[in-house]
Amino acid sequence: MSLDLNNIRKDFPALQRETAAGVPLVYLDSTATSQKPLAVIEAMNYFYRHSNANIHRGVHTLAEEATALYEGAREKVAAFINAPSARQVIYTRNTTESINLVAHTWARANLKAGERILLTEMEHHSNLVPWQILQAERGVELDFIPVTEDGLLDLNAYKTLLARTPKLVAFTQMSNVLGTINPAAEMIRLAHQAGAITLVDGAQSVPHFRVDVQALDADFLAFSAHKMCGPTGVGVLYGKEDLLESMPPFLGGGDMIKEVKLRSFKPNSLPYKFEAGTPAIAEAVGLGAAVDYLTEVGMDRIAAHEREITEYALERLEEIPGVKLFGPSADKKGGVAAFTLEGVHPHDVAQILDRDGIAVRAGHHCAQPLHEKFGIPATSRASFYLYNTKAEVDLLVNGIYKVKELFG
Amino acid sequence: MDDLYREIIIERYKNPSHRGRLDPHDIQFADNNPLCGDHIEITLRTAADGTIEDARFEGHGCAISQASADLLLDSVIGKPLEDVKRLNKQDVLDLLGIELGPVRLKCALLSLKVLKAGAYGLGEASDELVE
Repeated sequence: MSLDLNNIRKDFPALQRETAAGVPLVYLDSTATSQKPLAVIEAMNYFYRHSNANIHRGVHTLAEEATALYEGAREKVAAFINAPSARQVIYTRNTTESINLVAHTWARANLKAGERILLTEMEHHSNLVPWQILQAERGVELDFIPVTEDGLLDLNAYKTLLARTPKLVAFTQMSNVLGTINPAAEMIRLAHQAGAITLVDGAQSVPHFRVDVQALDADFLAFSAHKMCGPTGVGVLYGKEDLLESMPPFLGGGDMIKEVKLRSFKPNSLPYKFEAGTPAIAEAVGLGAAVDYLTEVGMDRIAAHEREITEYALERLEEIPGVKLFGPSADKKGGVAAFTLEGVHPHDVAQILDRDGIAVRAGHHCAQPLHEKFGIPATSRASFYLYNTKAEVDLLVNGIYKVKELFG
Repeated sequence: MDDLYREIIIERYKNPSHRGRLDPHDIQFADNNPLCGDHIEITLRTAADGTIEDARFEGHGCAISQASADLLLDSVIGKPLEDVKRLNKQDVLDLLGIELGPVRLKCALLSLKVLKAGAYGLGEASDELVE
């Protein structure tokens, strides 16, 4: 059964607004951040109005409520990604912090100079720079799985690079520029065969289709709440229990300890070992509400809807003379359409589309090396989520024709 | 908003008067806008009395960044190099004849930043030059 777009759109207050008098918002930038449904906004609002207290400490009513809500959201997230236990769901600020956590703890404890990390050419800066820092600090070596002309990972090259016995393979499950959905399960299987552990950047995948950490056999999975209808300020690191147990703590402070003396401490058990200081409590509650919302709509239905919209968008965009699309065909990608328009800089495209209320992103989308690979400084990027319609794709296409006319 | 793409800006973007590279030159400076990837290089030649004899820019970026570079060079060629040091944000906006939000302002001011850093003989361009 397909999605009831009318009803879904009503769930998102921001989608009701206009960007100027008589110009309704056409939001095609969910890859940067998604809009938030009322259920999420109200869950956070209710938390602050009703249950606000610090967690894990007080014994009073509000502290107990806040703790139950915060931990309840963790249970929901664990079920959403099919984690064996909520102990394996660590709250962070976002995907970036989740990856940095692994780089600071697991990698520093396990990697020596000369040992290798295998990444890909399509990574977001958040899955490049933490490893570059480690490279400078520890002398680890970085390799990159190449991206083919049509925007796919070169899996033969991957097999060759695995022969260099990397300790870690870290890759995105879905590219935020090309939209490419990488064969994560197969890549993880090959990595394990070669003796590597794996980190999956799920920032773009977890919001858009069913991700099952046990089916994938992923060692680590990182994602952010704000791209999946939740608030900014909270993200998740999932990890296999033995790995998380063996890792040293990340930040030091309150809540991550079992016992503190003047000169020493004992770390807390999972997941608290990695959660120092008062966390983003209301945001975690909001993430729980987002998971409930997505589950109720149905991840498979969301994925099917996005596939339909993406197919339509690619087909319509391809018809426009001067438009060049990046990334694979619709059957191999998620709801992202990055493109250039001949003779017009992507920023100008985005700015002119904005006059018609159409929100797209322009730039290198935090994937500068990928843009360099394709020999372009920037692209315009339209991206789609459960609330986007074919009519919005039509408005985008009309908008691009207007840009062409202006620069004609 | 329509003003942002005034005819003069589109025209300068498509058919700039001062695009290229001067060789030999007395001053050369380049910088980019990391947010957008806009890039501007300016080369400039001065006469014995310190006036700007000729100047050219090379680079890529949005219409605003490229048109403002062209208009800026138009306005300084033939003037004393010392005058360039006194130019500010408003001078560029006056040349463009538009108002800009904070994001696009960086595009518009890149060429002034490059020009002033070159005029002062700085090693690195700073945003303070165009405040």
